[in-house]
Amino acid sequence: MTPNKCPNCPESDLSRLDAVFEKFKGDSHALISILQQAQSIYGYLPTDVLYAIAEHTGNSPAKVMGVATFYTQFRLTPVGRHLILLCKGTACHVNGADSIERALNELGLADGETTPDGMFSLKTVACLGCCSLSPVMMIDENTYGSLTPDKAKSIIEGIKSAEASK
Amino acid sequence: MRLAIGEGSCGIAAGARRVHERLESLNLDGSVEIGITGCIGACFLEPIVDVYDGDKLVRRLVKIDEKSAERVYAAAKSGDLESVADLAITPEDESFLTRQTRIALRHCGLIDPESLAAYRAADGYRAIAKVLAEMTPEQVIEEIKTSGLAGRGGAGFPTWFKWNAARNAKGERKFLICNADEGDPGAFMDRAVIESDPHSLIEGMLIAAYAIGAAEAYVYVRAEYPLAIVRLEKALEDARAANLLGANILGSSFSCDIKIKAGAGAFVCGEETALIESLEGHRGMPRLKPPFPAEKGFTNQPSNINNVETFANVAWIILNGGAAFAAMGTENSKGTKVFALTGKIRRGGLVEIPMGLTLRQVIFDIGGGIRDGRKFKAVQMGGPSGGCIPESLLDTRIDYRELGATGAIMGSGGMVVMDDSTCMVNMARFFLDFTAKESCGKCVHCRIGTKRLHETLTRITEGKGREGDIELLEELCTGIKAGALCGLGQTAPNPVLTTLRYFRDEYEAHIGARKCPAGECAALKTYSIDPVKCKGCTLCARKCPAKAIEGAPRQPHAIDQSRCIKCGLCRANCKFGAVQTA
Repeated sequence: MTPNKCPNCPESDLSRLDAVFEKFKGDSHALISILQQAQSIYGYLPTDVLYAIAEHTGNSPAKVMGVATFYTQFRLTPVGRHLILLCKGTACHVNGADSIERALNELGLADGETTPDGMFSLKTVACLGCCSLSPVMMIDENTYGSLTPDKAKSIIEGIKSAEASK
Repeated sequence: MRLAIGEGSCGIAAGARRVHERLESLNLDGSVEIGITGCIGACFLEPIVDVYDGDKLVRRLVKIDEKSAERVYAAAKSGDLESVADLAITPEDESFLTRQTRIALRHCGLIDPESLAAYRAADGYRAIAKVLAEMTPEQVIEEIKTSGLAGRGGAGFPTWFKWNAARNAKGERKFLICNADEGDPGAFMDRAVIESDPHSLIEGMLIAAYAIGAAEAYVYVRAEYPLAIVRLEKALEDARAANLLGANILGSSFSCDIKIKAGAGAFVCGEETALIESLEGHRGMPRLKPPFPAEKGFTNQPSNINNVETFANVAWIILNGGAAFAAMGTENSKGTKVFALTGKIRRGGLVEIPMGLTLRQVIFDIGGGIRDGRKFKAVQMGGPSGGCIPESLLDTRIDYRELGATGAIMGSGGMVVMDDSTCMVNMARFFLDFTAKESCGKCVHCRIGTKRLHETLTRITEGKGREGDIELLEELCTGIKAGALCGLGQTAPNPVLTTLRYFRDEYEAHIGARKCPAGECAALKTYSIDPVKCKGCTLCARKCPAKAIEGAPRQPHAIDQSRCIKCGLCRANCKFGAVQTA
């Protein structure tokens, strides 16, 4: 059966998956690990990649899609150049995570969305485990703690101006 | 002199790596030995640098930044520790650590987590050596039975019983699984153990694998814990190279290897059958029990699952005896328990204490009470499966049964402290938002019931509560508890039930008087301008996006309540403190 490819989606270079398939050859429980590695290659899980994984692992596309949409780690759309993870765990909630989210909203960032210029994606997460520094957000590899709405805004503005001066 | 920088995730987030880099940049001649250690658990003091003279800790320096790192380096080089006396931990803060009894965390923050030699120097791998040389699997299980160790993931099921069931189960292969999918928001005990003392997890797992007869083991760890995964990977490699893992461990006939599986983010995977589904590469949806994992677990083979903290106690029990562990605690809860103390607390971090201490002792004696001079309101234990315990019950002991009687649970160790500015209805809404999103969808009661609970709670916090909403919440809670298959659904109503039990007046105030007593719910706030304090500067009127503020220049302004959208911009901008909320 020819995969029912999405007509408007860009075509991915599927050869980049070969090494992943090789690594998990014969492991019938590796679907999640394969999806994780595929996401780290492409930055997200494009539709044609999901079909290729289904074909190679002997799973139905529906099963692969089911797994990819079950776990919060997987993304079906590309992310911006900077991924902001805003913690909304219990300690952050108690210490004002909602006000941080409102501040980010004021800058045009919305949960689960990427800014039109492709610079930022915002994702709220359940807990980053840095509860004593709450409220916390993580941008790319860096964690920013003890946030206030103004501090959060100035961190974002700082990244923007650093990009602009590049 | 040797410097050890605390580099757990929290320490790094607080700036420990920058401090480390600064110290290295000063140490061009290599005259000071600079290394890392894990997390000591005093998160409120990070970044922490310990100064050692040989093996002796001579000074613990706290809240170090790149600037003070220069003085730290100079002191370590010259040996003049008095020059950094102002950076040393205060006796009061030190009591946060000295009042604890550490077993699971015994090495955390004291040894280099990336060094097998450091773990061995701290009696590491002596317990597995003893087990392999002197003990039968039955004797190991007996020792664990004597200790009274119970599952630290939350349910508190006797560990020996699970091991024994897995040992007696028939199957071609047996599996040992470590649940490191620490999903409770507000809990980070397991992460700290893996990041700070990964070999103690490995050793505990090896002893368990020997006891149940498993040759294959997995650690299912949250993908959100990248540092824990990196440190555990290194520890596994080092252990393998030293014949502590793999075939014929330490020359015995016992063989076992441990693999890491990274989870992909699903709270329900903390439930053991959902975890097994996920390990097999499926959606993490719980299975019907029985059969229990001990009979049919991973790939339908006998499997035993324990959480990280449970394993971290095992080597200590073998070396010190089950009786020494059981000597601590209460009649039905033995040993120690680790808690992640967070929220509105003065001294937050990891706290390991013997069972039987009261909540008051943990929160006020060790944690130093509420910060910013506010008043204690409640402590949330057990995360989304747990509940809020009010001030009147602060003398409850840390004990599985006594905590259960309050409506909360021991849980995995999240302990989030709240002050009088936290709205309990909004707290319940917060947890139901979480469980509604994390429900796997298998059972109707959980999938739809948590959604309806969340909608009803949201309505109440938005000032649209209706007569009969409290009864509706209670009915939904009862239904979900009865109709859900797994622990997630069965316990999801707990945050609602406990807040209804202890803070019913807050619900009634939201619904009846349209007031949020804690002043947290924005929709229920009323903003007004104090005519005495108002100077008529017109700033608020200009800032108001709803044009709800009127008044002539230099005359007191007033807010038209019918147009006010309660955004709070007037209050944030007023230079005279004239805008009040009620």
